[in-house]
Amino acid sequence: MRVPSKCRTCGEPAIIDLPRHNAKFCAEHFQELCRRQVVKAIDQFSMLTPADRILVAVSGGKDSLAVWDLLIELGYQADGLYIGLGIGDYSDVSGDYARAFAQERGLHLIEVSLRSEYGYDIPTAARATRRVPCSACGLSKRHLFDKAAIEGGYTVLVTGHNLDDEAAVLLGNTLRWDIDYLSRQLPVLEARGGFPKKVKPLVRLTERETAAWCVVRGIDYLVDECPMAAGNKHLGYKDTLNSMEAVSPGSKAAFYLNFIDKMAPILASHFQEERDALGTCGRCGAPAAGEICAFCRLVETASAHEPVPVELVMKGRR
Amino acid sequence: MKVLLRNPRREITIEGRKWVNGLLDELGLNRESHLVIRNGTLIPGDAPLDPDDVIEIRPVISGGA
Repeated sequence: MRVPSKCRTCGEPAIIDLPRHNAKFCAEHFQELCRRQVVKAIDQFSMLTPADRILVAVSGGKDSLAVWDLLIELGYQADGLYIGLGIGDYSDVSGDYARAFAQERGLHLIEVSLRSEYGYDIPTAARATRRVPCSACGLSKRHLFDKAAIEGGYTVLVTGHNLDDEAAVLLGNTLRWDIDYLSRQLPVLEARGGFPKKVKPLVRLTERETAAWCVVRGIDYLVDECPMAAGNKHLGYKDTLNSMEAVSPGSKAAFYLNFIDKMAPILASHFQEERDALGTCGRCGAPAAGEICAFCRLVETASAHEPVPVELVMKGRR
Repeated sequence: MKVLLRNPRREITIEGRKWVNGLLDELGLNRESHLVIRNGTLIPGDAPLDPDDVIEIRPVISGGA
């Protein structure tokens, strides 16, 4: 009979193995590792101070609930913002998880509904604008997160992007040598010209680790994948990176964190020029590359279209 | 043992004794993108599994960017 594996720190039975750290941990010391990694990211990139008013972008999935939980545990004051995207049952259930998390912990959750407040939902936006659903979704969320943070007087907007998310985006941008996107792929974007400060405290944790954090902490989250994300490029990049990670543990962290350390400073001047070039949207006042921002154009087109059920858009993508 | 899989949600039965990592390999699942849970508790890759066990293999990859 094989001897049960033990925690590297205390020798008690392990609950998780982390090949990139060449170690196994019990529940207590796994949580300690996660806290340490988040504190390190916050300190290394000057993400947050105890005086900050923080708004966390919450989806009901593992990453956003994990980062909200971690920040509260570390002593920060943080409210949540949930956006109802109108992606059928998926959105209904994700909202339930976000609300339950906030309610159980006495936290304040702000809610915005695309359909009620802007007259469209993501399936309809995707069909009306002929955008990929994830593109319409990302554009809507980024605009509304920024808007809520600015209007609510929050000093920082927190998102739950983890190491896998960032490494996958970096791989995609690198494959295209997209200098504009590469130059802005930073764990912190300072507040400027209509944008709130945005930070990603989970960039040193993989999504296996954020999911494990939720299991260990007893956090119920929406495990099911968004039905509209199936087969997207981002998932393909993650698969590729995880295949590399399997044969060379630590590859994802080295790829992303060394980019931030060595390449981002070289690209900094390019990012500055791009931000300086932005004007103001004539309708909503948000930063815009043209006269009207991309969000206002999307609202105009999508809200004029009759509602499209999520199943119809999924069928069209198969 | 009974094994709950997700996306789509389904249950399969696996015969015989296994190790966690051996089961993931047998099912063609990457260890980096899954967690294995028994009775609500995570178990590491070298944990033995009994024929009577009921486990969940939970994918951890999400698709939004």
